[in-house]
Amino acid sequence: MNEQTGAATAATQDLRVSDEVVIRIDDMDKWYGQFHVLKSIDLEVRRGERIVICGPSGSGKSTLIRCINRLEEHQSGSINVDGIELTNDLKNIDAIRREVGMVFQHFNLFPHLTVMENCTLAPIWVKKMPKREADEVAMKYLERVRIPEQADKFPGQLSGGQQQRVAIARSLCMNPKIMLFDEPTSALDPEMIKEVLDVMIELAREGMTMVCVTHEMGFAKTVANRVIFMDGGQIIEQNAPDEFFDNPRSERTQMFLSQILAH
Amino acid sequence: MAANLHDSPRGGPAPTVAAGDLPDKPAPIATEGPVAWLRDNLFSSPTNVALTVISIALVALTVPGVIDWTITGAVWGGGAEACRANPDGACWPFIGSRWEQFLYGFYPRAERWRVDIVLWTLFVGIALLAFERTPGRKWIGLFMLVAFPVISFFLLYGGAFGLRTVQTARWGGFMLTLVIALAGIVASLPLGIVLALGRRSTMPVVRLACTIFIEFWRGIPLVAVLFMASVMFPLFLPPDVTFDQLLRAVIGVALFASAYMAEVVRGGLQAIPKGQYEGAMALGLPYWRMMRLIVLPQALKIVIPGIVNTFIGLFKDTTLVLIIGLLDLLGSVQASIQDPNWSIRSVPYTGYVFVALVFWVCCYAMARYSRYVEAKLHTGHER
Repeated sequence: MNEQTGAATAATQDLRVSDEVVIRIDDMDKWYGQFHVLKSIDLEVRRGERIVICGPSGSGKSTLIRCINRLEEHQSGSINVDGIELTNDLKNIDAIRREVGMVFQHFNLFPHLTVMENCTLAPIWVKKMPKREADEVAMKYLERVRIPEQADKFPGQLSGGQQQRVAIARSLCMNPKIMLFDEPTSALDPEMIKEVLDVMIELAREGMTMVCVTHEMGFAKTVANRVIFMDGGQIIEQNAPDEFFDNPRSERTQMFLSQILAH
Repeated sequence: MAANLHDSPRGGPAPTVAAGDLPDKPAPIATEGPVAWLRDNLFSSPTNVALTVISIALVALTVPGVIDWTITGAVWGGGAEACRANPDGACWPFIGSRWEQFLYGFYPRAERWRVDIVLWTLFVGIALLAFERTPGRKWIGLFMLVAFPVISFFLLYGGAFGLRTVQTARWGGFMLTLVIALAGIVASLPLGIVLALGRRSTMPVVRLACTIFIEFWRGIPLVAVLFMASVMFPLFLPPDVTFDQLLRAVIGVALFASAYMAEVVRGGLQAIPKGQYEGAMALGLPYWRMMRLIVLPQALKIVIPGIVNTFIGLFKDTTLVLIIGLLDLLGSVQASIQDPNWSIRSVPYTGYVFVALVFWVCCYAMARYSRYVEAKLHTGHER
């Protein structure tokens, strides 16, 4: 797995998690037509928690986190994000999206805008921030993801790892309380995975609430304080990373872990 | 240094390591320069050799005749008599003696300065907007889109500010062509965008309404639209309500073009990956802002060739207003050809060649400009 993540271990494992619940999912179900993708999901995320969701493909893990900011609509049960109930009310949806940042597998940067414009767009148009201030904020986060020198380039001119770091900076510019990561390293070449994970580890160390769908088990061991295993649209098992990897309780978890850790 | 992954203990060839960097060698045959160009582009295969020979033969057969008729063998000075003496070349004095009618139609001579102002403003405005470096380009654009049409209307039509009213029936020539085409272009793009968004809406009523509208206008010929606008439409109105003939034609052309535009824009919208919508939504951008800032700029950029194609089509289709009695450029040339003083064999040809030339220049300018904009908007994300 990723040895580079070891350095951060000490700093992150004992990060304190508050008792305040920021995401509460209660008996949530979702269907695609007749297909029952998410089955009776119950999940609580506390402020400062770093949660890694893993599971075989098609298990519903991406769908689950996409429900949290309403990129997917759930059909029953309830989702409450930072005290706001997720309903069809557009006002609530917009409010939640302002609080929740999301990083995608394929970055989803806006190719017609420069890196800088990608980062300032939402602060200017959603938060009504003056342009000068938005520029400063964007520069601050671009420095944090270590690519301030690329600010005037277009996304198409950057490598995958750089694009993903821009995408993280773009989300951070909205100053979100929660960050969702949907397989952020799956589309990257192996040599670029580290630079993205490093940024994510740093973010975790600063106390960001994070929900990550990822197959990077090294990352899970290093920063997560809870690992959730999903299969067939259900949460099969959740546990602290040490326990999860060393003593998986469910047979399905054992099988999954043996498959991904076999080599 | 490239190391071979196969190692002999597990079978396969023995491991190898490159001894050092290989030197650059000159190419064995020319890969650049005129000879290479000729070989690659004109004589790369027997088929291409044959095509090249046929093309050269075709050019040799046609071009000298065209040049002779239009330029070297054409009548450039004098009047109808000179043309009568040499009916085997173009009769350019005919255009020279009638150009005012071709430009203004029957617009009263004393009021033509008003048309001049509009045309010059238009010309200068477009020229300024065409270049990115123009200072205050945003304001010029705003002026041309908002103030200019209103000012033009009052200048051309009059009836206010002490200007004499000039009925649209007296408008004609190239000026009329421009009025119809520009009104159609300016109206059809925003209308087309709205229709395209509507057709992709998640709201069934909006989607159905837009689809019906688009398919209705796309399904009938423009000639029929113009006929209905000019002949049938007044039948539905109370007798004392009159509706300007030109206005009806302009509305007909604009709605017709907007249906085509909608489908062009829809093509662009469909090419935008779902991730772009999701990226924008996840940042909290509401629908219209997402469309305006993220989706439409990319979609419209993709379909610039299609949009300009529609503009060019619309521009040329304006000649159809001839059949409802409006004399645009083509109409006024056709009317002038009938003049018995100019009943010379070469005059009709000259007239039509002239019309073709004017249209070609305008359309080619649009095409070139669209190429320029495409190149300018290229941000290196096409792989």
